[in-house]
Amino acid sequence: MLYREAGDFKTSYTDDGQTFPIKFDRIGYYVALIVAFAIVPFVINDYWVNAIFLPFLIYAIAAIGLNVLVGYCGQVSLGTGGFMAVGAYACYKFMTGIDIWIGGVQYALPPINIFFSVILAGFVTAIVGVLFGLPSLRIKGFYLAVATLAAQFFLVWLFNKWSWTYNYSASGQISAPERGMFGVPVTGPNTEAWATYLFCLVFVVVLALIARNLTRGSVGRKWMAIRDMDIAAEIIGVDPLKAKLSAFAVSSFYVGIAGALFFSVYLGAVEVGEAFGIQKSFLVLFMVIIGGLGSIFGSFAGAAFLVLLPVLLKNVLVSGLGWPTDLAAHLEFMIVGALIVTFLILEPHGLAQLWRVIKEKLRLWPFPH
Amino acid sequence: MSAAFLNTLEVMANGLMAGVLYALVALGFVLIYKASGIFNYAQGVMALFAAMTLVGAMEGRVPFSHLINAVFGTEVHHFGWHLPALLGIALTIAVMVFFAWVVQRVIFKHLVGQEPIILFMATIGLAYFMEGFGETMWGSDIKTLDVGLPQGGSFAIEDFTATWAAEGERYYGMYIDNLDMVATVVAILLVSALVLFSQYTKQGRAMRAVADDHQAALSVGINLNFIWVLVWSLAGFVALVAGIMWGSKSGVQFSLSLIALKALPVLMLGGFTSIPGAIVGGLIIGVGEKLFEFAIGPYVGGATENWFAYVLALIFLVFRPQGLFGEKIIERV
Repeated sequence: MLYREAGDFKTSYTDDGQTFPIKFDRIGYYVALIVAFAIVPFVINDYWVNAIFLPFLIYAIAAIGLNVLVGYCGQVSLGTGGFMAVGAYACYKFMTGIDIWIGGVQYALPPINIFFSVILAGFVTAIVGVLFGLPSLRIKGFYLAVATLAAQFFLVWLFNKWSWTYNYSASGQISAPERGMFGVPVTGPNTEAWATYLFCLVFVVVLALIARNLTRGSVGRKWMAIRDMDIAAEIIGVDPLKAKLSAFAVSSFYVGIAGALFFSVYLGAVEVGEAFGIQKSFLVLFMVIIGGLGSIFGSFAGAAFLVLLPVLLKNVLVSGLGWPTDLAAHLEFMIVGALIVTFLILEPHGLAQLWRVIKEKLRLWPFPH
Repeated sequence: MSAAFLNTLEVMANGLMAGVLYALVALGFVLIYKASGIFNYAQGVMALFAAMTLVGAMEGRVPFSHLINAVFGTEVHHFGWHLPALLGIALTIAVMVFFAWVVQRVIFKHLVGQEPIILFMATIGLAYFMEGFGETMWGSDIKTLDVGLPQGGSFAIEDFTATWAAEGERYYGMYIDNLDMVATVVAILLVSALVLFSQYTKQGRAMRAVADDHQAALSVGINLNFIWVLVWSLAGFVALVAGIMWGSKSGVQFSLSLIALKALPVLMLGGFTSIPGAIVGGLIIGVGEKLFEFAIGPYVGGATENWFAYVLALIFLVFRPQGLFGEKIIERV
């Protein structure tokens, strides 16, 4: 009754090919957009933005990126943290103005607007991602997963040692100077909650739309063919080189943008080993798996789940029960671990599958037959 | 012999010893992967948990004392006894076997037939859980583990090798850790015992049969559940040995669980399914990373050990995708 696929007739190809062909989905999408753009910015404060909304939006981008690679193209990657670091450092270099030494003379580019810095950082990360994706043509499965760890460890090490990347600062950290759009600061210490939120939201909405349409189109179908069986895909005419490398490029582009936003808008100052360590790679992979492999909606659901859970646990255990923070931290690990395992046993296909089941039920509800 | 050559030799010797320890951790991975197709990321945390349990049992700590104190407002810490090392180890083995049974019963029994990536994620979840569980149970302070293994450098080797240097060169002998030598001997014994076990005992044969083909093994009457519990127990035992070695060396603390990350490139190099591969891979990685750090490290800022093993394994895999001794990958449509 509530969720109807039948009776929704289309009279043109444009109608049939739109991003959300089913009316119920489309209405849900518009409602979500209106709430996100027109209501949320007026009611949030600093705590909500920093504890929930910014991490959720940024991790959602990273999760969509990783989902393209793991969920759609079937190439397991554990290098997400390293690629996020590339995005963050590239963004830092662009927003402070890149300096190049040629023959002992320093040439400095002017600082680039933060919006374009973030996008350029995405492209730089895409190039690095393709480089580390090259072995995927030979290596498969778990061997590839472990091989991507090479990217993780090497990149983190590189940003620790190569002082050009952090502008020779004594602490080895990078910290975002104040930059803004249309005169409103979105990075640095004097930002307003709504400004940072909207800045990230624009990226999320645009990138999610692009990802959804990419995965529905011929590119996405090629990725899925490679995922399901790469030899068979090759026989029906999918070029594995192009399909795999394009998946790596698109995925790294998203992850790089997530890293750039994570550094510039959310944290403001970053130490590479701490912010982009291997834990980050696992966190994003968890989001993808809990949310659902091969689903854009799942990436959002997984990101929301894993961002909200620690906040909730912390509020209940520390503020509610008054337990010491270290004990609460240990219990948090236990609960997160147990939840993940439980989840995998009960619903290995993630929250997205749960949503699909609910839709099945809604189709018939309230009449069972 | 010149001092530079002897220095290189010393680096190589230390690399070999480190490699043996890597191989020890990698062995735990191979055992489980072969028998059940599960890539067990929790192996490192198992080593940490085993070492923590051993320390806790030997010092007579009260398990979950932090939690008990927080809930009931009491002040309990120690039972007030000290167990001898052997008794503590026996107790820890019992705990690890029980752990293996629980893991099989609660988690992997329900995940039979799932995709490898799901199984892998489940072990990461397990690793998170055990990390929290171990620290809730025994506290997160850095513990010293002393089961009576020798510490410090070996003077005998230092004095002996000092005579090797050419006349007139300033050379003071090689520094080789006593503990590393013990670890090497123990690792060799352990590997021989495992090989003998899997070749000559009934359970060992059943284990190999399961590794070869689950369904065929099931059809000749092998109890799969029992074999899986056995394999997880063995991996727990290997984890305990690795935990004792690393724990005596640098204390029992969180970073102990990161040795799993050191074992991964070893596995890639040696192949996930091969016990000799794990050992040879461990030695290659151990020597390779120490030599690279010694020869090239100073020019690029040092600390190359974090990534060198991975990059080496990556380059190697491009030429031989199934690892050194891995089973040949045959793909059919």
